[in-house]
Amino acid sequence: MIEVRELSKQYGDVTAVDSLSFKAETGQIMGFLGPNGAGKTTTMRMLTCYLPPTSGTASIDGFDIGEDSLEVRRRIGYLPEQPPLYLDMTVEAYLGFVAKIKGVPSVHLRSSLDDTMQKTGVSHVARTVIGHLSKGYKQRVGLAQALVHNPSVLILDEPTVGLDPKQIIDIRETIKSLRGEHTIILSTHILPEVAMTCQKVVIINNGRIVGEGSPESLTAQLKEGEILRAQIAGPKEAVQALLVSVPGVLDVQHEDATAGGIYLVTTAPGQDVRDPLAKAVINNGYGLRELRSMDMSLEDIFLRLTNEERVEA
Amino acid sequence: MRNFLAIYSKEMRSYFVSPVAYVIAGVFLFLSGYLFRNILMQFNYWCLQFSQRQQFAQAGMPNLNLNEMVVTQFFSVMDFIWLMVVPMLTMRLFAEEKKSGTIELLMTSPISTTQVLLGKFFAALSLYTAIVALTIVFCLILEVYGDPDWGPIWSAYLGYLLLGGTFIGVGILASSVTENQIVAVLLAFGALLLLWLIDWSASFAGPTAAKILSYLSIIQHLQDFQRGVIDTGDIVFYLSFIFFTLFLTTRVLESRRWRR
Repeated sequence: MIEVRELSKQYGDVTAVDSLSFKAETGQIMGFLGPNGAGKTTTMRMLTCYLPPTSGTASIDGFDIGEDSLEVRRRIGYLPEQPPLYLDMTVEAYLGFVAKIKGVPSVHLRSSLDDTMQKTGVSHVARTVIGHLSKGYKQRVGLAQALVHNPSVLILDEPTVGLDPKQIIDIRETIKSLRGEHTIILSTHILPEVAMTCQKVVIINNGRIVGEGSPESLTAQLKEGEILRAQIAGPKEAVQALLVSVPGVLDVQHEDATAGGIYLVTTAPGQDVRDPLAKAVINNGYGLRELRSMDMSLEDIFLRLTNEERVEA
Repeated sequence: MRNFLAIYSKEMRSYFVSPVAYVIAGVFLFLSGYLFRNILMQFNYWCLQFSQRQQFAQAGMPNLNLNEMVVTQFFSVMDFIWLMVVPMLTMRLFAEEKKSGTIELLMTSPISTTQVLLGKFFAALSLYTAIVALTIVFCLILEVYGDPDWGPIWSAYLGYLLLGGTFIGVGILASSVTENQIVAVLLAFGALLLLWLIDWSASFAGPTAAKILSYLSIIQHLQDFQRGVIDTGDIVFYLSFIFFTLFLTTRVLESRRWRR
């Protein structure tokens, strides 16, 4: 479990992280979302005891990052943005070295190496020199390095950055398969990644939390009414008038850019107008070609949250 | 201890899988062999000249001492080669870890900065000692053809071990302040050369300052060892110098923790 309380970090006059508080429950994958320079890496470095906080604190499994730094470091696996690899070592020798400094007992060394390499899919390159591996495999070795001592908490800084789409899917699957055993914090600026892998999202911007919750609840929380997209065959003015007359509809806009009668219907919050709307269209003899609700994507939420922040500032 | 050994063996491995150890040993041994040959030829020439003169032959050539004229000569050129070579041995120790980001791995692992530092220090010292030990071959050549006194030779080697530790301490400190290996080499080389020549300025300083300056000279303390004198004062000087540089290095490495 990770608990962060009022964590702040200042570099001179610049505030990189501004009294951050959040919690990640055991076994959860938490997405740490924010634009570049939002303070994600700084926060992660503080959680891993690499940087001291200016004020505030955090605890990992109940151990304070300031007072029990050694205990904290025993319990975390950390994959920095740039995987910390020794390019002149073989995968096996490197993981063996990491296991030793992470305090894996000698009797378990062999088995934990084999386990980790299997989990991350690097067994068949065990004797290859890391410098000769592709970027995707280097990332896997980086992930293996974070896992080798079976830590209760995993901190992954942009684990999929710079990989090709196939490799991204592989790494994501690997991370997902770790859910339950480990508490995982994963930072990213790629939104679908969060929606796909995480149970909880913390969105930060300029060092402050601007949104927090599950991907679904965040979406729901920010929905100010729903938007329906309808394609209806019929005279434009008449259809528009008809749609406005349906109870619960606040606004109707005709989309000119595309061919055919596409209307964007804004409805009042908490009202499902799809059935009455469909009925009204059919009863009036127009052709209903398409009717669907447009989900607000995380992308929209993210942009809205980070933009609002900018306006306030 | 286990952590120390993990770091130590990683560093040793890294010296020997890269060409670094071989190139350094090769260049050093070639240069020192060349210098040893020349010193020996010079000595030979003097012996020949003296033995051809009647008056010296009768008096029994008291001034031609193998230890003083060959061994000490050789050792005092060797330490200048090391002054240039050691910074290259130590330059990557921390600079490379900083550049490649692996320092984050070390610093977020449950090991102390001291364990990391000592592992690296003793790895560099071991490589240095191994190369220095190979020069015993030169002394063995003397033993075959002459009759050197082995006491001063052993004490000189002890002095070399301590001098090497001092050089490596300065080198590691230089490597810890930068992520650029060339900067690390130059800083170490500059600092060592200054410490080497510092007693020169003693001749123009006041009596107290002169004493301090010549005490600080890292090479002054070696001369006793080369003469066969093991002075605890000199040992204390080198050990405290090593301790001081290593202490400063831990401060530099941990500075990120208290820098605001």
